[in-house]
Amino acid sequence: MKTGSHYLVGIYNDEDLLLNAVKSIRAAGVRIYECYTPYPVHNLGHALGYKRSKLPIAAFMFGLMGTILALLMQIYMMGIDWPMIVGGKDFTSIPTFFPVTFEVTVLLSALGMVAVFMIVSDLRPYGKAKVFDLRATDDKMVMAIDLSKNKKVGLDKIKDLLKDSGASEIHEKGY
Amino acid sequence: MEVTSPVREPLITGRRTMHDVTQDIAGRVEDKPTVTWLLALAASMGVLAIGAYAVWMTLWNGIGMWGNNKTVGWAWGITNFVWWVGIGHAGTLISAILLLFRQKWRMSINRAAEAMTIFAVMCAAVFPILHTGRPWLAIYWMFPLPNIFGSLWIDFHSPLVWDVFAIGTYFTVSLVFWYIGLIPDFATIRDRAKGAISRFVYSSLSFGWTGSAKAWERYESVSLILAGLAAPLVLSVHTIVSFDFATSVIPGWHTTIFPPYFVAGAVFSGFAMVLTLMLVTRKVYRLENYITIQHIELMNIIIIVTGSIVGVAYITELFMAWYSGVEYEQYAFLNRATGPYWWAYAIMMSCNVISPQLFWIKKIRTSIIATFILSIVVNIGMWFERFVIIVTSLHRDYLPSSWVMFYPTLYDVGVYLFTFGLFFTLFFLFAKFFPVINMAEIKAILKSSSDNVHKDVKKEIEHKNVEAL
Repeated sequence: MKTGSHYLVGIYNDEDLLLNAVKSIRAAGVRIYECYTPYPVHNLGHALGYKRSKLPIAAFMFGLMGTILALLMQIYMMGIDWPMIVGGKDFTSIPTFFPVTFEVTVLLSALGMVAVFMIVSDLRPYGKAKVFDLRATDDKMVMAIDLSKNKKVGLDKIKDLLKDSGASEIHEKGY
Repeated sequence: MEVTSPVREPLITGRRTMHDVTQDIAGRVEDKPTVTWLLALAASMGVLAIGAYAVWMTLWNGIGMWGNNKTVGWAWGITNFVWWVGIGHAGTLISAILLLFRQKWRMSINRAAEAMTIFAVMCAAVFPILHTGRPWLAIYWMFPLPNIFGSLWIDFHSPLVWDVFAIGTYFTVSLVFWYIGLIPDFATIRDRAKGAISRFVYSSLSFGWTGSAKAWERYESVSLILAGLAAPLVLSVHTIVSFDFATSVIPGWHTTIFPPYFVAGAVFSGFAMVLTLMLVTRKVYRLENYITIQHIELMNIIIIVTGSIVGVAYITELFMAWYSGVEYEQYAFLNRATGPYWWAYAIMMSCNVISPQLFWIKKIRTSIIATFILSIVVNIGMWFERFVIIVTSLHRDYLPSSWVMFYPTLYDVGVYLFTFGLFFTLFFLFAKFFPVINMAEIKAILKSSSDNVHKDVKKEIEHKNVEAL
């Protein structure tokens, strides 16, 4: 977090207003720092120009790792390290290894993906939230614009843009 | 703006705004504990304490305290284990499978149902852990750890080991899924908190969530993948639990229909438990606007479907026993229905096959009192189902000289009570300190599925119809 940044905060009452505002403000050449909403607003990420999340790839890779590790572990333990005949099955009887392989795949995939999610989203116990407006988790849509990065457009122009796009409140906030 | 077909009833009534949602749900967390809640918590902790004595005696003296005998080596312990695990299944079904099917009505009930899943799995785990006799050593019997025998590993050919992995994974993934969903709601409570303690507690629980568009996008991606992982997982868990029986050669257990039959039974009992808990929570917290009669009716329909699958499975078992021509199998089922445990079989049949059929009548499935009573009846029936499968198959050994009856001891009852105490203590704590409904998800559907839009759309259509006439 940069110290001394100065933000302009626009507050909207409705998701559709916010979506249109994001589009018009970006079209005017203003760089939006981030939007905060009480629930996931569809297409908001797209309107802000965010790329699709790569978390599915992480989930797949962790899952694949789980599959391989679980299979190798079972083949080594049952088939190589201490072979024993149980229930007349082969030492390395792949079908009987499926349940544990499946479970370990799901476990590593889920935990790995969630760990990546926590790290990239900076979520951790006792994590400090950068709150622009306390109502962003209640019923307001909040848009934050970093003024230091929008010097070309100018404060008054941005304020007008926010007002025109339907912001119910506009205030400045330092961080 | 997306509007669900106006033919459908609104999922959220009472013309709630976003702020109302926060107030209705987060408000309950901020209220001072009521006397009713304190009494309920005290009662469940009392039951927990009585049960803890039975658990202590079991640990101190060994599992000889239980009523199990040489012939019936598995009885109440595994019955209770399967019962609790089964109850847990509804939570994952609601949160994962209904999410994949885009069923919006899940949003009012998924939080509490998932909590129920987690607590039920914890209760289930009590029994296999206790039955090991010396749980502090059990870690060597459950996980592939190096041990004093060099490299004598656990047996991956055994369904009991599969069960450890299945239940362990199920618990962990359910907990993570539940917690991810809770983070945004904890942030809401944090931002409303007035006291220093609650602000500190909820800000540490909310992990620094701000509700930024980037985080929401990732959150949705994570939720969808977790649902995709949890959906086959929940099916696998009771499948593997059924393998504990189905891979044996005991007549009455050695059945290939066990996996689907167990999964259907699990969902059946789980929905019944969700209804039992939610009907009370709804009443106490006045959540009638969020859990409408329509929600209750939809859950009852799932109970008819799964209850009927269970009924078909019972009859299929009887048919297969006759059709197989195997006399042991035939005897096992004849003995189940007409032997000394006929009464348990009769309870199972009437509670699980006949009682849910009452829900075909609209008046019954939309009646809160009838639903509440039947939800308890179903869970009694499902407990007896496991008891019947386990005890009637074992109590007639291959040698008639070993034929015995099973009598539970007070310690069997006590350990079962312990899990009830544990379950309700955890549930009451959850209901007080956690938001019982997912606020963020409810807010997301306010614009499409609440009566704010429905009434207007309906009026418009009616207006048009009148004009057309």
